[in-house]
Amino acid sequence: AAALLLLLLAACPGAGRGAGRERRDALREELLLSPLPTGDVAATFQFRTRWDADLPRGAVSHYRLFPKALGRLVAALGVRELHLALTQGFWRTRLWGQPPLQAPAGAELWVWFQPTVTDVDKAWKELSNILSGIFCASLNFIDSTNTVIPTASFKPLGLANGTDHHLLRYAVLPREVVCTENLTPWKKLLPCGSKAGLAVLLKAERLFHSSYHSQAVHIRPICRDASCMAVSWELRQTLTVVFDVFSSGQGKKDWSLFKMFSRTLTDACPLASQSKVYVDISPKNKEKELLEVTPPPTSVHEAVVQGDKKTYAVYDLLSPSLFNTSRSLNVQLKWKRPQDSSEMPIPVLHAQRYVGGYGLQTGEICTLIYNTHPYRAFPVILLETVPWYLRLYVHTLTIITKGKENKPSYIHYQPAQDRRRPHLLEMLIQLPANSVTKITIQFERALLKWTEYPPDPNHGFYVGSSVLSALVPSVIAMKDVDVEQSPLFTSLFPSSDGSSYFVRLYTEPLLVNLPTPDFSMPYNVICLTCTVVAVCYGSFYNLLTRTFHVEEPSRGGLAKRLANVIRKFRGVPLL
Amino acid sequence: FQDQAEQFFRSGHTNNWAVLVCTSRFWFNYRHVANTLSVYRSVKRLGIPDSHIVLMLADDMACNPRNPKPATVFSHKNMELNVYGDDVEVDYRSYEVTVENFLRVLTGRIPPSTPRSKRLLSDDRSNILIYMTGHGGNGFLKFQDSEEITNVELADAFEQMWQKRRYNELLFIIDTCQGASMYERFYSPNIMALASSQVGEDSLSHQPDLGIGVHLMDRYTFYVLEFLEEIHPASQTNMNDLFQVCPKSLCVSTPGHRTDLFQRDPQNVLITDFFGSVRKVEITTETISLDRDLAGFESEFPEGELATEPLKYAEQLPVAQIIHQKPKQKDWHPPGGFILGLWALIIMVFFKTYGIKHMKHVF
Repeated sequence: AAALLLLLLAACPGAGRGAGRERRDALREELLLSPLPTGDVAATFQFRTRWDADLPRGAVSHYRLFPKALGRLVAALGVRELHLALTQGFWRTRLWGQPPLQAPAGAELWVWFQPTVTDVDKAWKELSNILSGIFCASLNFIDSTNTVIPTASFKPLGLANGTDHHLLRYAVLPREVVCTENLTPWKKLLPCGSKAGLAVLLKAERLFHSSYHSQAVHIRPICRDASCMAVSWELRQTLTVVFDVFSSGQGKKDWSLFKMFSRTLTDACPLASQSKVYVDISPKNKEKELLEVTPPPTSVHEAVVQGDKKTYAVYDLLSPSLFNTSRSLNVQLKWKRPQDSSEMPIPVLHAQRYVGGYGLQTGEICTLIYNTHPYRAFPVILLETVPWYLRLYVHTLTIITKGKENKPSYIHYQPAQDRRRPHLLEMLIQLPANSVTKITIQFERALLKWTEYPPDPNHGFYVGSSVLSALVPSVIAMKDVDVEQSPLFTSLFPSSDGSSYFVRLYTEPLLVNLPTPDFSMPYNVICLTCTVVAVCYGSFYNLLTRTFHVEEPSRGGLAKRLANVIRKFRGVPLL
Repeated sequence: FQDQAEQFFRSGHTNNWAVLVCTSRFWFNYRHVANTLSVYRSVKRLGIPDSHIVLMLADDMACNPRNPKPATVFSHKNMELNVYGDDVEVDYRSYEVTVENFLRVLTGRIPPSTPRSKRLLSDDRSNILIYMTGHGGNGFLKFQDSEEITNVELADAFEQMWQKRRYNELLFIIDTCQGASMYERFYSPNIMALASSQVGEDSLSHQPDLGIGVHLMDRYTFYVLEFLEEIHPASQTNMNDLFQVCPKSLCVSTPGHRTDLFQRDPQNVLITDFFGSVRKVEITTETISLDRDLAGFESEFPEGELATEPLKYAEQLPVAQIIHQKPKQKDWHPPGGFILGLWALIIMVFFKTYGIKHMKHVF
């Protein structure tokens, strides 16, 4: 303790000359509430910490807002970009519209490494182990049997001066369960924890009682300012949850923060430079507003998001006028007129995937991709990762659009190696306007060794979601806006030109039954064999080694004499 | 005064660890997860931090689709006490709970890339609490319906721990059917063991909850939880009270205990020696003033060098670039053993049939 005191005293004079320097890291937090066409409501939290530092050099020793666990991970393993998502549930694109940021069911991890990393596989394995400890998830099950190297999808979302895809690794664990133990360390990475700001709303009992819950961590390098001459590091923690109309109260469609989270907002995080709540009040038919929000918002913001013009009511938690009337903020959404189910807009791109066939030997994976735009065609990249125990037959791959065969402009197929590598199929397909594309491929189910089955093999085996990456034409051209000024939910995917926006969709995961042996057979066989051996060998042994000798009949006891007397009366031979 | 000094020397441990294992899978084994979580909750409440607890749950009950109240695990019917809470960290979950991982955690022979939260980093001054629950039989405990651990293996694991000086004192509690058979074979010193039932007896479950539809806890652990709820970090209750916790009238089975390997008298062993945590606190009266402005530290690291031209983001879907992408040529590898062997066989057969004199025509 004395040594520490001396060190602090020595450092004090040094601190004097640094006074007045600006902070190099900043936190912005944001909550977006969007009512969905079916009456449910989606809440997306985004917490963004931006740090103007040179992380890969490893020269930083003082962490303020950026969590030290992740900072040291990026520096030590040479990570350029990290995206980890843990999801429970499935985003129903056809009913709910395009998601702001979607993730597949289970755990998904994709990482770009720096070009200086020599052994990427070793770094990848270490990274998944360290992340499994930080997030209490079984990410240590990520190994070569579920890792792939995509060649066309998953381009870096941050600054990049070269995209050698050998530095990219992608893995998905569809069986992963997400529960409070994953949320707890995620909340602990936030600068204010769950004690102040928007994170007070994150209570596990309400968040997991929902149709869709996805929490993610994204780390990437970004431009420090508009001239983009220097690099800053951005950590974005996002949490999307969709609350169901039916599971929370009486089928009434009025929502409020208290009804959704059982909490209200009391203040902004003191460490945040910006803390806002956005509510989507875009009118559907351009007539009048559908939605009424109380209390009145501090401002109204209009933006072009995903190619469409949207209006948002903004509540700025840092503005002093917001908490004048009441100590807590409980945003309430009420529908002004009942919703018509025919008004539900259909998203431009959505997809569906299912397993066809019967029996336990063969099957077929069918993917249907819908392009509902009336006159524009656009390309889409489909990435499918299939585990090795479903042996795909690529010669049965058929892509049919509007009755005719549709040849993809680019195919990359990497066949599986048993117990070492999964199948990877990547295709670039042009989707004509207003069409349905059906992609089918047949497979055969393999018989695993009896020690390779999980403890509950009759549950089935999961096939991870396939990924669709597309540049969807937008209805309204988007102007280039300053990333720092626009809301966070518009700025994760960098946009190159305003005529189309990038979207990444995931299909459903599949559950496939493999032929399972009868696990009680070893026990049965041992019992049967031992019985047969005992009976046969035992009998032979007795026959060969038994000797016979005459035995004197004994007089017998009292009971025998009595029995003999009775027998003599009956006329039956004596004992 | 002398009493206080004596108390200071009473127990010889400096840190506490806990390894809590639930070995059953499937929804109808909800009670085993609730058992383990109630011990976890008590141990955390009495002071052992998450970094010193290795919690292994073989299945997820809280976010199970069958759970009518997600993110909760209840121990009392009518949903009185949520033992899952809001601040839980499970170290080994689902398929990771295997006999191999359990023994590796105990003996410390873990692969090098395992994170710290999954390791038992105890030393020779650690008191360790090991709690196991699940389905068991005479001499074994079933892990996840597919493998077992026998009492001999467990005793040998504890002996390995003793030889590597990985514990000071160990308290082993087991709540399964015929639990006493699991501690019969222990032979290492300083181990105290408790079980919920004797050999030949079944451990029974406590009460079902009609809303959730399964039995919520086992009787023995239910009464142990009620007992532990009365304990606070400074209480002086000793082990003899824990031995009396569940008499046959409440538990239907006869709980057993084994103290012959333990050096101290159970009368002198406090509950908090195993369930609570020792903290070293030094009180000082001098004031230390911290500098409000820490900007001095931040100025020390070097600026990243500025780029000469503006950096840009990568294009997300570069269609033209993708279409013209050439596949990378695979590196040439020398032929493997199988191919070489096959060629050697073919050449040998050829020369055997046609004779060695043809060789000069080949070369």
